[in-house]
Amino acid sequence: MSGTVDLLNRTLAAARAEGRAALIAYLPAGFPTVEVGIEAVKAAFDGGADIVEVGLPHSDPVLDGPVIQTADDIALRGGVRIADVLRTVREAHAATGKPVLVMTYWNPVDRYGAERFAAELAEAGGAGCILPDLPVQESALWREHAEKHGLATVFVVAPSSKDERLAKITAAGSGFVYAASLMGVTGTRASVGEQAADLVRRTRATCELPVCVGLGVSNPEQAAEVASFADGVIVGSAFVKRMLDADGDAAAVAAVRELAGDLARGVRRSG
Amino acid sequence: MCSDFFIPDPEGLVPTADGYFGAFGGTFIPEALVAAVEEVAAEYEKAKSDPAFAEELGALLADYTGRPSALTEVPRFAEHAGGARVFLKREDLNHTGSHKINNVLGQALLTRRMGKTRVIAETGAGQHGVATATACALFGLDCTIYMGEVDTRRQALNVARMRMLGAEVVAVGSGSRTLKDAINEAFRDWVANVDHTHYLFGTVAGPHPFPAMVRDFHRVIGVEARRQLLERTGRLPDAAVACVGGGSNAIGLFHAFVPDTGVRLIGCEPGGHGVETGEHAATLTAGEPGILHGSRSYVLQDDEGQITEPYSISAGLDYPGIGPEHAYLKDSGRGEYRAVTDDAAMQALRLLSRSEGIIPAIESAHALAGALEVGRELGPEGLIVVNLSGRGDKDMDTAARYFGLYDTDARVEADASADGAAEIQGDAE
Repeated sequence: MSGTVDLLNRTLAAARAEGRAALIAYLPAGFPTVEVGIEAVKAAFDGGADIVEVGLPHSDPVLDGPVIQTADDIALRGGVRIADVLRTVREAHAATGKPVLVMTYWNPVDRYGAERFAAELAEAGGAGCILPDLPVQESALWREHAEKHGLATVFVVAPSSKDERLAKITAAGSGFVYAASLMGVTGTRASVGEQAADLVRRTRATCELPVCVGLGVSNPEQAAEVASFADGVIVGSAFVKRMLDADGDAAAVAAVRELAGDLARGVRRSG
Repeated sequence: MCSDFFIPDPEGLVPTADGYFGAFGGTFIPEALVAAVEEVAAEYEKAKSDPAFAEELGALLADYTGRPSALTEVPRFAEHAGGARVFLKREDLNHTGSHKINNVLGQALLTRRMGKTRVIAETGAGQHGVATATACALFGLDCTIYMGEVDTRRQALNVARMRMLGAEVVAVGSGSRTLKDAINEAFRDWVANVDHTHYLFGTVAGPHPFPAMVRDFHRVIGVEARRQLLERTGRLPDAAVACVGGGSNAIGLFHAFVPDTGVRLIGCEPGGHGVETGEHAATLTAGEPGILHGSRSYVLQDDEGQITEPYSISAGLDYPGIGPEHAYLKDSGRGEYRAVTDDAAMQALRLLSRSEGIIPAIESAHALAGALEVGRELGPEGLIVVNLSGRGDKDMDTAARYFGLYDTDARVEADASADGAAEIQGDAE
């Protein structure tokens, strides 16, 4: 069975045709439990997310701030396994028909086996993978398997990426490009700086891929601002924070649906 | 002096252009750090061929660090090592008390060349943190040191030293609250502040160029030891022995001997309570290839790539990774790695203290315990050089509790009544 990279491409193209940015939510699998995590992903779609990135929790999330570290920690203490992550992808995709990616660090995939992981993610209906600590120059093995199994490889670009390197990265990537809005780890920020718009402009100059912006976006106003210059808005820590603050599992799932709804309205009122 | 730390790239002794030692190494870092890491690599390449850089570093090593460090023969200690001759390379006598200063001064000069004004570093035992804080004081750089909470407690003396030197010490409370987590936090800081901050990485792990660069700054240890041994004994040693956590002092000693195929290179890993108990940090003995902190090497991990929590009595060795060049030396068969338990290390610490009047760091005591084993294997004809990578002052609280040396501890009396000579002979078994 092939992965759903085509569905991902169609979804982004449809948002573009509507003259709006896509809303992409990030939620870690197994947080707070596998079952509630699956419900949270479905709720994000239900609230208006176009795409969801399911996090595969890692013991050493060096690119994540305290919010996602806490969620990863809860998930790992709860015993989350890669099979649970794949089940989250499978059930969320089956229930909604929407594109679901996995975002994680390279070591869990490397240890599991790049080929095995790609095959099983595709089999679960996954659309692709984001591996932020696997830079393009180390990515050939992964891309070979991802391509074979119909999965997108989404690379991250940063404000510090030089133009020449941006071209190299976007030439190797597929699905979309994840533009980090700022230099830093995940987490909510008061404002999304101007360097995000500049990075999107420089990235677009190198490729036809949609360019989606993440890091620091937490509310509808920021979503609207980012949507005015990007093809997609990626929100992670804000969802996780709502879930951490919620009183009980039902409230956590409801909070995800509500925030997704607010953000979905945000990405539609840009321009 | 220049030739002591920069090598003319002999074949097989350097990584590939993309930082690989065989299957190990590489650059597994977030895109946000790529430009900074490339800048470090480019600046280091320039510095290597700049005579002014070598001259300034050479002068600092001589006049500030106190190099060359002594080579001390330890015959009373060696009586317990099968009668083999044992020499200690005295990195403990360097300014700040360990080998760490060699690398720190090199990278501090590099920081200044890059025009950066702030330095961050991780530290386990506090020796790299103290050395970094020292260099920052010397060069007028802002300094933040990340240290696991567990380590700030067991190495409290070094926390005070760093603060005295003007550094900010951040206690890291995530994960296992030891060296691994301090490195995670330092990487998070670096991603956010990379425009004006250099991450002065303290060991031969991390992304390229750190494994090769840190190695180069430490290889003066082996270059000196090799020369000193030839002068003193007229021959090369049978074995070079060092402790390995991340592996910087070991690679520093080993590297000059790599082409001398008759010299066994023996790394002593922290065996904790015993590798069979699961409570250890013996990465090469019990780990599997994986990626941690920017490079591929051996890693202590579970079957799904989650890093497992290491354990060692030694804060400086309590790390689930290892530099990629050690992984390469192991797989190629050139290096040998064995685990040394907490208890064996502590006995060796006391044995050296009482037989030679030298109190080693607990890290270095792992190498001493390994040397006792190796000496017995070699017999009276054997010649061993051990890297005494650091002094033990920082470990006196841990050692005092372990051996019951405080007045309030009832064990002091029992200890005092024991036969000192018998202890020296018996305790290292």
